[in-house]
Amino acid sequence: MTAVPKLQVLHERGQHEVFCGLTGIMWLHRKIQDAFFLIVGSRTCAHLMQSAAGVMIFAEPRFATAILEEKDLAGLSDANEELDKAAARLLARRPDIKLLFLVGSCPSEVIKLDLSRAALRLSAAHAPNVKVLSYSGSGIETTFTQGEDNCLAALVPELPAEEPGASRSLLVVGTLPDIVEDQLQRTFEALGIAATFFPPRRSRALPPVGPHTRVLLAQPYLAETARRLEERGAQRLKAPFPLGVEGTTQWFAAAASEFGVTHEKLAAVVTPLAERARIALEPSRQRLSGKRVFFFPDSQLEVPLARFLSRELGMHLVEVGTPFLHQELLSAELELLPGVSLSEGQDVERQLGRCRAAKPDLVVCGMGLCNPLEVEGFTTKWSIELVFSPVQGFEQAGDLAALFARPLARRALLQVNACS
Amino acid sequence: MQLSVWTYEGPPHVGAMRVVTAMRGVHYVLHAPQGDTYADLLFTMIERRRERPPVTYTTFQARDLGGDTAGLFKTAATEAYERFKPELLVVGASCTAELIQDDPGGLGKTLGLPVPVVPLELSAYQHKENWGAGETFYRLVRACVPPPASPPARAGPRRRCNVLGPTALGFRHRDDVKELEGLLARLQVTVNVMAPLGASPRDLARLGDADFNVVLYPEIAAPAATWLAKAFGQVNVTTVPIGVGATQDFIREVAALAEVDPSPLLGQGQSRLPWYSSSIDSTYLTGKRVFVFGDGTHALAAARVAVEELGFTLVGLGTYSREQARAVRSAAERYGVPALVTEDHLEVEELMTKLQPELVLGTQMERHIAKRLGVPCAVISAPVHVQDFPARYSPQVGFEGANVLFDTWVHPLMMGLEEHLLHMFRDDFEFQDSPSHLGAAPPAKAAPLPAAPLPAAPLPAKADSPHDLWSDEARSELQKIPFFVRGRARRNTEQFAKDRGLHHITLETLYDAKAHFQR
Ligand code: SF4
Ligand code: SF4
Repeated sequence: MTAVPKLQVLHERGQHEVFCGLTGIMWLHRKIQDAFFLIVGSRTCAHLMQSAAGVMIFAEPRFATAILEEKDLAGLSDANEELDKAAARLLARRPDIKLLFLVGSCPSEVIKLDLSRAALRLSAAHAPNVKVLSYSGSGIETTFTQGEDNCLAALVPELPAEEPGASRSLLVVGTLPDIVEDQLQRTFEALGIAATFFPPRRSRALPPVGPHTRVLLAQPYLAETARRLEERGAQRLKAPFPLGVEGTTQWFAAAASEFGVTHEKLAAVVTPLAERARIALEPSRQRLSGKRVFFFPDSQLEVPLARFLSRELGMHLVEVGTPFLHQELLSAELELLPGVSLSEGQDVERQLGRCRAAKPDLVVCGMGLCNPLEVEGFTTKWSIELVFSPVQGFEQAGDLAALFARPLARRALLQVNACS
Repeated sequence: MQLSVWTYEGPPHVGAMRVVTAMRGVHYVLHAPQGDTYADLLFTMIERRRERPPVTYTTFQARDLGGDTAGLFKTAATEAYERFKPELLVVGASCTAELIQDDPGGLGKTLGLPVPVVPLELSAYQHKENWGAGETFYRLVRACVPPPASPPARAGPRRRCNVLGPTALGFRHRDDVKELEGLLARLQVTVNVMAPLGASPRDLARLGDADFNVVLYPEIAAPAATWLAKAFGQVNVTTVPIGVGATQDFIREVAALAEVDPSPLLGQGQSRLPWYSSSIDSTYLTGKRVFVFGDGTHALAAARVAVEELGFTLVGLGTYSREQARAVRSAAERYGVPALVTEDHLEVEELMTKLQPELVLGTQMERHIAKRLGVPCAVISAPVHVQDFPARYSPQVGFEGANVLFDTWVHPLMMGLEEHLLHMFRDDFEFQDSPSHLGAAPPAKAAPLPAAPLPAAPLPAKADSPHDLWSDEARSELQKIPFFVRGRARRNTEQFAKDRGLHHITLETLYDAKAHFQR
């Protein structure tokens, strides 16, 4: 194995054009089916949730915003009282809720409304039916997927301790769509590895954690969660992330080697899946191979995605922007990544300048930027879809590739364009 | 603290963005955390504007808070000026930045920029989007328009007007202004300035040259129009020309000011709505129960059109615009229906469920509620979604606007002739319980009237009424009632039975109830 070459990273500190951590509630509330997310924030927070989600198909989704008003700002004791009332009203309306998250926002943090104390108070008031926890999803503390990191990190202390003398167990950490989780679980079963997933679908089904727990991250943005699990004795397995055939293969291989699964068995289980996935990649590969791609920072999935695009689909990486570069969590990824220009943080105007100068074939960026870039003649992929869609694992590798190929295919089809 | 899931209006700085994005030559430096940049997608994704809104966000973080957030603001503002070279810079704070009290207005003045810097104070914890738009527009007008020493004397016909109110992300503003310009031209009136949409600060400076103002969207234009009228002795035309009647009122009002003959525009054939509404197919629209909810302007207009021009029965009227609460309440009183002024969509849902309308005219929020209730719905007001920015020309104002209203409100309903046929054929074994022009392709089985995957009101199942409320005979009769009225028939019958202490619904009860509710 070669040593990691010293990374050249461009650090930027200008205007960030990314969501705040509140946005993670979009998928977290679908995942943990008896949890409710109460944002303590402003009208802006509520409006973000509704605009970013786009879909308002739920009459009463399991999240809401307690909007701070003038009178709440005047006195904090009143704000606490108001919060207690809001929580009580909400829980009375939703007896199915077993876990309530108070989610901090910029305004609640700037006025120093202590949500962890509020959570303790409310937990006591609503025990044993409802557990109340808190975390920050604010834009001054978190960027997009960091909201999930904070949420899961807040759950870690709630995990029961391992039974004394427990045997080695695998904990897969990070929110995945149910369908993906079930597929991965079947593969672990075939390998003979008992895996549990975190977060769980029901808040009371928390997996135990302790020195015999091996953690396999399914998402790259879970630095704080991983740290807290390690504090509880768990060991994190070094692996790339299960995006693409190679990433998924190595991800399973990391677990297999830790759990003493033989090479033969691993190959017998994984090879047919990998082969099938490779066939699914092929049409997109033809479309994408040799094309140049530019990533704007968004979800921290950028490095694994870039690795997939370059190694499995033959794309050239022009710039890979990411909000944060956790070199430790990404070490297995960075070893696979060819020399590439990485940028961390953002100065959106300057980055747009670099993008225009480089004229990539495909730009991966947030929804605020896509259409204006299309007008300028660029082909874009809106990045949030990469977070909302099932993309992990073997069965989704082809879909993931297709997400990148589709904008190019479309552009090739159309005999009209944004400038006509 | 107000508990909210979906909101009708965004924060006031989004209103400010709607104004500056509509204009030319203006840039907005917003002191705000990174997450607030989501607002860009409203314009680029939902409205499909071709450029990013002219907004620079400072995107300060927690670690900046102890330090120099004010410095961050100054750098952002200076760089934004250098990069975009606007004629005018607007500066302000989002909800979070308001709390850290950096005073963007004060800071903006110290930058020594060669262009005017207009500070906005939007009180994010008190106000909302439309108020923010109105306040921003007012501040811009005050900053750009030199007030005269005294209102200029005016004599003779008034034939120059301003059109005030259209913004970015407005519901059909793009098409409304075109329709309106055509109408004004036919009245020999020229548009002096249209604002904010398409106007530059230099255009605003000329606002005083007009003889009168068309206050097209009072939610946004009223504060500026009120000041202009006073300062320049202008007249404000506040009739919003949505619907045939209101358009005619508007024409009379403008014609009187311009001293032209309105009659060519008041004659027949300007809009197809009156004829379409009178034609026999429309008989079936008579008395359709309609629930209206939206911003004040559009809700009031829709109520009038629904009652006076389509012959619907208004069953409820509401708005989320507190500013127009009084007007909506008094209109509701005139129509003899309950008024609802609320920002809580659950309250709207509750009232809608209770009133059992056959058509809902509302915002995208009501569209979702209506979908759940299985009631047809047409969108008449913001907040709207991507499909409410149609590719085709579809204004709401003027005569063409009235045509659009007829089409978009009537299409979700059953066509008259078809409704009639459904009644005739409902016993046919091949009968499929849905109208043909609504919904998707039929399933495998061919049927004269293909099925649409519409949520039909469920039949009372045996299991859900322990006392077996419905007799078999009554239940199968209920099944023969067309799906779009079946829910109401069921609820009415059950209510009827309950009121009379009946524990069993027979065929007789069903028809007794029908007769009762037909009175
Ligand atoms: S479900 Fe449809 S109408 Fe509703 S918000 Fe989403 S896209 Fe818009
Ligand atoms: S950035 Fe802050 S204020 Fe803005 S939506 Fe996110 S949490 Fe709310």
